[in-house]
Amino acid sequence: MYRYDEFDERFVRERVAQFRDQVARRLDGSLTEDEFKPLRLKNGVYLQLHAYMLRIAVPYGTLNSRQLRQLALIGEKYDRGYGHFTTRTNLQYNWPKLRDIPDILDLLADVEMHCIQTSGNCIRNVTADHFAGVAQDEIEDPRPTAELIRQWSSLHPEFSYLPRKFKIAVTGAEHDRAVIKAHDIGLRLRRHPDTHEICFEVSVGGGLGRTPMIGKVVRDYLPKADLLAYLEAVMRVYNLEGRRDNKYKARVKILVHEIGVEEFTRRVEEEFARLDGPSVNADPAEVARIAAYFAPPSYEVLPETSRVLEATKAANPAFARWVETNTTPHKAPGYTALTISLKPIGEAPGDATSEQMRLVADLAEQYSHDELRVTHAQNLVLPHLRQRDLFTIWQKLGEAGLASANIGLITDIIACPGLDYCALATARSIPIAQAIQRRFADDERQRLIGELNIKISGCINACGHHHIGHIGILGLEKRGIESYQITLGGEATENATIGEILGPGLAAEDVPDAIGRIVDVYLAERQGNESFIESVRRLGLAPFKAAFQEVANAVA
Amino acid sequence: MAAAPKRPALPAILLANDLLDGDIVFATAGAEGALIWTRDPAHALVANDDKAAEQLEAYAANQLATNHVVDAYLVDVAIEAGQPVPRHYRERMKTLGPSNRPDLGKQAGEGIERAEQGA
Repeated sequence: MYRYDEFDERFVRERVAQFRDQVARRLDGSLTEDEFKPLRLKNGVYLQLHAYMLRIAVPYGTLNSRQLRQLALIGEKYDRGYGHFTTRTNLQYNWPKLRDIPDILDLLADVEMHCIQTSGNCIRNVTADHFAGVAQDEIEDPRPTAELIRQWSSLHPEFSYLPRKFKIAVTGAEHDRAVIKAHDIGLRLRRHPDTHEICFEVSVGGGLGRTPMIGKVVRDYLPKADLLAYLEAVMRVYNLEGRRDNKYKARVKILVHEIGVEEFTRRVEEEFARLDGPSVNADPAEVARIAAYFAPPSYEVLPETSRVLEATKAANPAFARWVETNTTPHKAPGYTALTISLKPIGEAPGDATSEQMRLVADLAEQYSHDELRVTHAQNLVLPHLRQRDLFTIWQKLGEAGLASANIGLITDIIACPGLDYCALATARSIPIAQAIQRRFADDERQRLIGELNIKISGCINACGHHHIGHIGILGLEKRGIESYQITLGGEATENATIGEILGPGLAAEDVPDAIGRIVDVYLAERQGNESFIESVRRLGLAPFKAAFQEVANAVA
Repeated sequence: MAAAPKRPALPAILLANDLLDGDIVFATAGAEGALIWTRDPAHALVANDDKAAEQLEAYAANQLATNHVVDAYLVDVAIEAGQPVPRHYRERMKTLGPSNRPDLGKQAGEGIERAEQGA
């Protein structure tokens, strides 16, 4: 894992001191709310429905046990004993008091963490594949790139007042687990077919929100050494030409859409050619220094498959199901990457109590080379487990309510906090997720349905990624009540697709029935081992629309 | 942050977030008749006419300007069992807390024992 050097340490500490002073000036009346708001947002402090909210950056979703324990402590001491992991792989506390936030920031700085650039019109937390460094389909670990971008973009003077927020994601694998096509910039490490050199495919202009767009490729093979100069060129074109007259049209996706990807690319290339690359690009020695922090841990030499694991699976079907659903093949023989579900039936997706965080921290320290990850799907990953330790880990997780065997299944729902917490929300998300989870709680039925991603947002801003859910649910207000719009056919992978609306909005209590009808169509029509989304692609929307319409008509 | 520019239908109450804590507070009549803040929605002062609404608006403006609260605005209410209940579900959430966590927020009595001490 990356460790702060003296510059990182100093800048985070200085920022805490500045914010402590700003809070004091707000409290003594020297700063008005209008003056204070942009300052607090730059430090991750929002005012939500019931209280302030603090959003903590988890760079590319990577944490060590000490950091997670500190988050547990903060949750207990300053919040209500739990936190919420977000689709940006960050952690949010829902109840901090403004007067306590400087102390919380100091505690975070003690473990090399902060809340800088988790809000505001700047480059936000850079996300990456949560199986970085361990996935079998990986060409190169994306985290050194993500860390380089974090350092380059932190307090970058030229990009601190962008037209709107800006999100970057990086993957180094063939299969996109980082949703790069729904980001302002998506980077994919890939090999050049002729030179075999590792390059970046650069996509720009993806994003969800009120105008969902899939990112467009502006460079097929960017040499790795040119990354920062090329990013700077993209940011300059956006900073100069992105719209500032209308916040709903201010994201780079609108600029790319309005002038066209060819013209946007031309302007970026022109700027890139004008830039003095060597003065912008990172020093190769610095790149190597960063990369060294992400060197693989020293794995034991183990057989491909653990006999202990096979024996415990044979003796315990529930354990075997969990292993099958929640683990991912690992680069190192005898190892596995485990996804811990934060989606137990009936709980708020992505919430973890301080006790649960401590347990996961202990497991990471003891079994996973002191490392864990946060996924954009609001789960946690222990990336370096010996297969033979899985049974012990499963038992310990089970005692803490963390052994749900549902990763990728219909109850592994992404949901934003929605109107239960969020001041921007137009409807609740969490109770909808809970109702669907209860409807599909049966393990056998979930497995029968197979991979099915439901994603729920409580407003058009789409923090719950509803556009790219196989089934998406968007909560809106319709004539003074909550109304839910269902979309179908979205996809978050390398085949990123925006889902299409199935029909009129439904009342909250009718949503589980509608989902049930959609699933029934799939189960009746699927061929062989076809997954839900494959069936949707083959069948088209019509049969699902017809079934949905029956629910809509019945309640109309 | 300015108060909501348009006055909602009456009857209405005034709510805001306490600056220091972020808690939702409601304007209520104190012992001397002057307005103070309470954390208990049951004690919110109900404005039934324009004059009372103007008093709440003036209090909101004063309290925003003197940095006691943020996001203060009037909310239209119905009277149910003798208590004001916001007509809109969003503001109703503010008087209760997260619906998935009945153990948290005002619905769990959080902060309400300090009701009459003001914000």
